[in-house]
Amino acid sequence: MAETNGSAGNGSGTAGPEGNGGGKLAAVLAGAKEVKARATGELAETIKAPEKTDVWKSVLRVKHDETPRSRALGVLSNVFLHLHPAKINRDAVAYNYTWGMGGMTFYVYITLVFTGTLLMFYYHPSKVVAFRDILYLESDVPFGKLLRNMHRWGAHLMVIMVELHMFRVFLTGSYKKPREFNWVVGVLLLVLTLLLSFTGYLLPDDQLGFWAVTVGTNMARATPLLGHDGPFGPQLGMTPFNDVRFGLLGGSIVDSNALLRAYIWHCVAIPIIASLFMIVHFWRVRKDGGISGPSPIVLESEIKEPKKV
Amino acid sequence: MANPTIEPAGPAAPPPKSKPSLAQALQVIFSKKEDADEAKTIARRRKFVMAAVLGTLSLNLLMFLRFFFPRALYEPKTKFRIGFPSDFGFGVDTKFQNQYRIWVVRNTEGIFVISAICTHLGCTPDWKPSENKFKCPCHGSGYDPEGINFEGPAPRPMDRAHVELDPEGQILVDLSHVYKWPKGEPSQFNDPGAILRG
Repeated sequence: MAETNGSAGNGSGTAGPEGNGGGKLAAVLAGAKEVKARATGELAETIKAPEKTDVWKSVLRVKHDETPRSRALGVLSNVFLHLHPAKINRDAVAYNYTWGMGGMTFYVYITLVFTGTLLMFYYHPSKVVAFRDILYLESDVPFGKLLRNMHRWGAHLMVIMVELHMFRVFLTGSYKKPREFNWVVGVLLLVLTLLLSFTGYLLPDDQLGFWAVTVGTNMARATPLLGHDGPFGPQLGMTPFNDVRFGLLGGSIVDSNALLRAYIWHCVAIPIIASLFMIVHFWRVRKDGGISGPSPIVLESEIKEPKKV
Repeated sequence: MANPTIEPAGPAAPPPKSKPSLAQALQVIFSKKEDADEAKTIARRRKFVMAAVLGTLSLNLLMFLRFFFPRALYEPKTKFRIGFPSDFGFGVDTKFQNQYRIWVVRNTEGIFVISAICTHLGCTPDWKPSENKFKCPCHGSGYDPEGINFEGPAPRPMDRAHVELDPEGQILVDLSHVYKWPKGEPSQFNDPGAILRG
């Protein structure tokens, strides 16, 4: 089409000086008409099948055909799903074996990240207004009470689920070779979950959280070597003003610094660390041969004749 | 039956070269001369870069750790005046509990100030006048009116703050200087400054 347009222009260029103006105009008009026809055609096609246009493909993902290979590719070529195996054994979805606790824990974690981020829009981590913000969320913010309680109960649920998940892994012996490394990662994730729970406890700045954190951080005074009441602590020069408890609280008492520190550990630092460990954890599940289970069932119809050499 | 693969007993291999000094290493790294053994040079350079990176990171880690220990604190004053000895009658006075977290106690020996921190895990016990004792709401430690533990998990009596009379005659309390009675050790409660006698 472009060729036709170009040659028409060339043709008019070689014509005599008399018909030069009229010929050029006619050629331009003819070209414009063609462009219009082409554009109309393309537009009609776009409306008919928008997913086949280049713009669509460059912004959104390509839809794969409904073949097993394409479905596997859909998982493999997705940065989020590639942590997950493209295919799993049919026994791996037997809930009576795994209880699905790991997956549910992750689901609760996502819920907590979402509700927690929303709560951050109303909460100020400062001694003067922290508790007032909680009351404000509970009584005035639309859906504030729902979000706060989702976060609170979700947090309790996550701790319970992590522990049940660990219990299941222990009972089924899934910590054994080749999954020892992933067990260690899981133990670290348990500790991080408990730390998230503990730092979140102080944030409402109510009597319950305040005294819980007072008690919890007073235990850190007895840390060996690093606490000022612990074994060998005083000998190493630990005082209430330079020991591990002081580093956690940002002071010698649970005060505004402690609230701010708990907030930052709770909302930024620990979630990032926990997310990184979760990525490793899920990836390791895949690398260690998928979710643990009894030896896979193979149907008679699926048994392949061994190849004869 | 001589094994032909065994090496003949010749002179021993040359002793391993000792580690190059830092000056030598730097000379090799920055010299324009082509090294005969390129692989060794590359390995040495890689080691140098790794050492530089790890050194920087560990220095940063130390800075990061030090960052969590501020030099100045904005915490309540630990030295304050609470009035004249004649302001306090016999028994436990709780009027400074909210402000300074202390109780002022007068007994037959004199006046002393108890730091209102449970020696178990640091909660504030409640004064129960009807039961004539302090009771911690966290884990149930109980103390008599002089702050001596008699029930619950508390390991020792509550600490007492340093007290003295200022020139005006007011009681000056110093909470940063406390007298303890650790389990199995002699009591510091009779030290000078632990009690205002009379």
